[in-house]
Amino acid sequence: MATAVITPERENYLNQEYGIRSWLLTVDHKRIALLYLISITFFFFIGGFFALLIRLELLTPAGDLVQADTYNKLFTMHGMVMVFFFLIPSIPAVLGNFLVPLMIGAKDLAFPRINLLSWYLYIIAGVMMLHCIVTGGVDTGWTFYTPFSTAFSNTKVVEAGLSIFVAGFSSILTGLNFVVTIHRMRAPGMTWSRLPLFIWAHYATSIIQLLGTPVLAITLVLVVFERVFHLGIFDPTRGGDPLLFQHLFWFYSHPAVYIMILPAMGVVAEIVPCFSRKRIFGYKAIALSSIAIAVFGFLVWAHHMFVAGMSLYSALIFSALSYLVAVPSAIKVFNWTATMYKGSISFSTPMLYAFGFIGLFTMGGLTGLFLAALGIDVHVTDTYFVIAHFHYIMVGGAVMGYLGGMHFWWPKISGRLYPEWLGKFAALIVFLGFNLTFFPQFILGYMGMPRRYWQYPPEFQVLNVLSTAGSTILAVGYVLPMVYFLWSMRYGKLADDNPWGAAGLEWQTTSPPPTFNFDKEPEVTWEAYNYDQIPDPAAEEVPVER
Amino acid sequence: MSDSPVALENHGQHGPELRHHFATAQQQRDAASLGMWLFLGTEIMFFGGMFLAYLIYRLWYFNEFAAGSRSLDIKLGTVNTIVLICSSLTVALGVRAAQMGKRKLLVVLLILTLIFGLAFLGIKGVEWYAKYKEHHIPGASFDASDLIRDYPQIHIDPSHEQIYFSLYFAMTGLHALHMIIGIGIFSYLLYHAAKGRYTPEYYTPIDLGGLYWHFVDVVWIYLFPLLYLIDRKPLG
Amino acid sequence: MSEHTLSSKMYYGIWIALMILTVVTARIAFVDLGPFNTVVALVIATCKALLVVLFFMHVKYASEKLTKMVIVASIFWLLLLLLLSLADYGTRYARHG
Repeated sequence: MATAVITPERENYLNQEYGIRSWLLTVDHKRIALLYLISITFFFFIGGFFALLIRLELLTPAGDLVQADTYNKLFTMHGMVMVFFFLIPSIPAVLGNFLVPLMIGAKDLAFPRINLLSWYLYIIAGVMMLHCIVTGGVDTGWTFYTPFSTAFSNTKVVEAGLSIFVAGFSSILTGLNFVVTIHRMRAPGMTWSRLPLFIWAHYATSIIQLLGTPVLAITLVLVVFERVFHLGIFDPTRGGDPLLFQHLFWFYSHPAVYIMILPAMGVVAEIVPCFSRKRIFGYKAIALSSIAIAVFGFLVWAHHMFVAGMSLYSALIFSALSYLVAVPSAIKVFNWTATMYKGSISFSTPMLYAFGFIGLFTMGGLTGLFLAALGIDVHVTDTYFVIAHFHYIMVGGAVMGYLGGMHFWWPKISGRLYPEWLGKFAALIVFLGFNLTFFPQFILGYMGMPRRYWQYPPEFQVLNVLSTAGSTILAVGYVLPMVYFLWSMRYGKLADDNPWGAAGLEWQTTSPPPTFNFDKEPEVTWEAYNYDQIPDPAAEEVPVER
Repeated sequence: MSDSPVALENHGQHGPELRHHFATAQQQRDAASLGMWLFLGTEIMFFGGMFLAYLIYRLWYFNEFAAGSRSLDIKLGTVNTIVLICSSLTVALGVRAAQMGKRKLLVVLLILTLIFGLAFLGIKGVEWYAKYKEHHIPGASFDASDLIRDYPQIHIDPSHEQIYFSLYFAMTGLHALHMIIGIGIFSYLLYHAAKGRYTPEYYTPIDLGGLYWHFVDVVWIYLFPLLYLIDRKPLG
Repeated sequence: MSEHTLSSKMYYGIWIALMILTVVTARIAFVDLGPFNTVVALVIATCKALLVVLFFMHVKYASEKLTKMVIVASIFWLLLLLLLSLADYGTRYARHG
């Protein structure tokens, strides 16, 4: 029994050096991943706090908790913090940073110091955003629509815009690091067709980050200039076009949603084969569909602008293109399902999250097709239907993917096992809380309840109450993992190198890994997902703890 | 950290610049090069957003764009274009000098590059000052009445004229900011080149700095006709 | 990044070409070519840009296709932004001055 024997702790990246300087000046991708983990968790709870206030206000039809202006700030700050400080960085900056070098057999990312710089930029941006929040916040919506944001809002638009500009730079550097790493640092024998699909997903994500984020950056710069120098570029009374802002904004912000979902899809592609004990079905299709999503995702942005005043002809084009972008996502769902067919399924916590992801992402994605149809969009745009749609994908999809990934790789990251029964319990709570929160919102939107309104007609109250109730359950589901992950770092069972019996180079090294990842440079001679060669820890007496 | 068995294998076979997560110096060079090109790709998209704004408003307000363009000093613009081209020459020759290990030549070429860069900024400052005197800087003091007076044949709306100048200053301003950063980078390169840091085996920073500088030159190659040469046809 | 050193004569030659093209583009702006003034100006600018990219930035001698792919992809993406936006602006009915 491991707990009765005193084994000297092996040297790994966590115990190799102690002290705050060794963390704040680290260039080890694994430590930087943990720095990000702490930061994005912090902002997740900030964004979640705003969400709870929103749901509290919406318990009653009257605007009785906060004033209308304050409510505008609540949904704006919720959106800005969640999108730019949680969803965009989450999986790439935490799991991607930790795993990309390990999965390809490298000692670190290509540019470790730029990696650390990207975290510091994120922190600077975060401090700016926090300052903005505590000194009054912004009320423009996370979408910054002009001319309200440039000419009429009396809130801290400039500071918020600059904060997101800096956060965008952080995102660009992460993407740049990943692309160069994947091209240049693969271990001998790790060909492109042997890469884990998690890597393909992050490669595709990084392309989007590189090509899209700069456009957001220049757009925010123009908004700041307009506001500070009273220019008129987006002011319709002075010849400017508010839609120009929207074209520029959504050119980034639509592909941004693929930055948020592709990494989660990569996580699912790792979890499903492991807990089906089967090679992934359709490796090439999934890899290429990731690239396809990255490319097609740039062709559809104006579907956010169908009713904004652009020409009907272009609306038709963007509507048709939006149907096209659903195809590669559907291909992934089919392939994950086919992987499970005749597999040996275990309902571990990561697998529960993967199941949740597949179901909820599919629902969210399909409702996106509703919105892509012009005739339907005219009725449900700017209603709770849209809110439900994107929360199904962002929360039911991306956040569940993130949590599934955190549970799957937690033994590798920390060297400890979390309590499995608690993991399953929390996953169930998240699933139930999520559906109770957001399913009523589809109905509300369909019935006509507008978004970004702080009061509503009384006939909508019952569904709103259900939604708020769900949100409190969901909050509990989110707090639980934080508690037991922290608990496990001290009291959790020690983890073996490969407790799940998973394929992938990261499982060939110790849990936690040494600072330079591998004691000897790996040489890859096998295909990815070689589950026919890996014993199932559930079936045999393979030791899980040491 | 340098005690790990993998690191110990590599020591003694490479120069001090090789970072330990790379297996070979060639891998490090290839990574740096790809990284810089990807960064330049992001810069294309960064400037690109303003090109979209320019494109739309030029289509909508051609008259105002033409009038604003005519008010720019084409001689100074052409001279500045030539200055930047000369600086690209000195940069390219500098990379070559580094490649061949000619330290003194490299230092001279870097100094010349800096002189050209500062000259560009100086001329740009002169142009902007002229715009300031003519009340063409967008904002409270913007006044297009001189253009309305000079071009009675076309209808000029002052708000639309201000959009042209907003884009003029935004685009040349962003370009100038990149020039300033470039001058900073090349000052750093000059300092280290003078100290003999760059050799035929290791001149990556010169190479990468050169790529950045050339990129900023290419942006100006497009800004010049787009801002200065919109419509210089003789007026009827 | 090329491994072999290029002759300085080549660089001077490109420099001369760039200077000539600059003078040409500035002078030709004063000649009435109707709607083709813009086209000519952009074509000349593109020629100059190509000279800088291919020769000063060594892309012509690049050992890998990847470098060229990065450049082509970035320009392609910029064109995507411009052209798809024109799908809207080119088909609106409102008249502007």
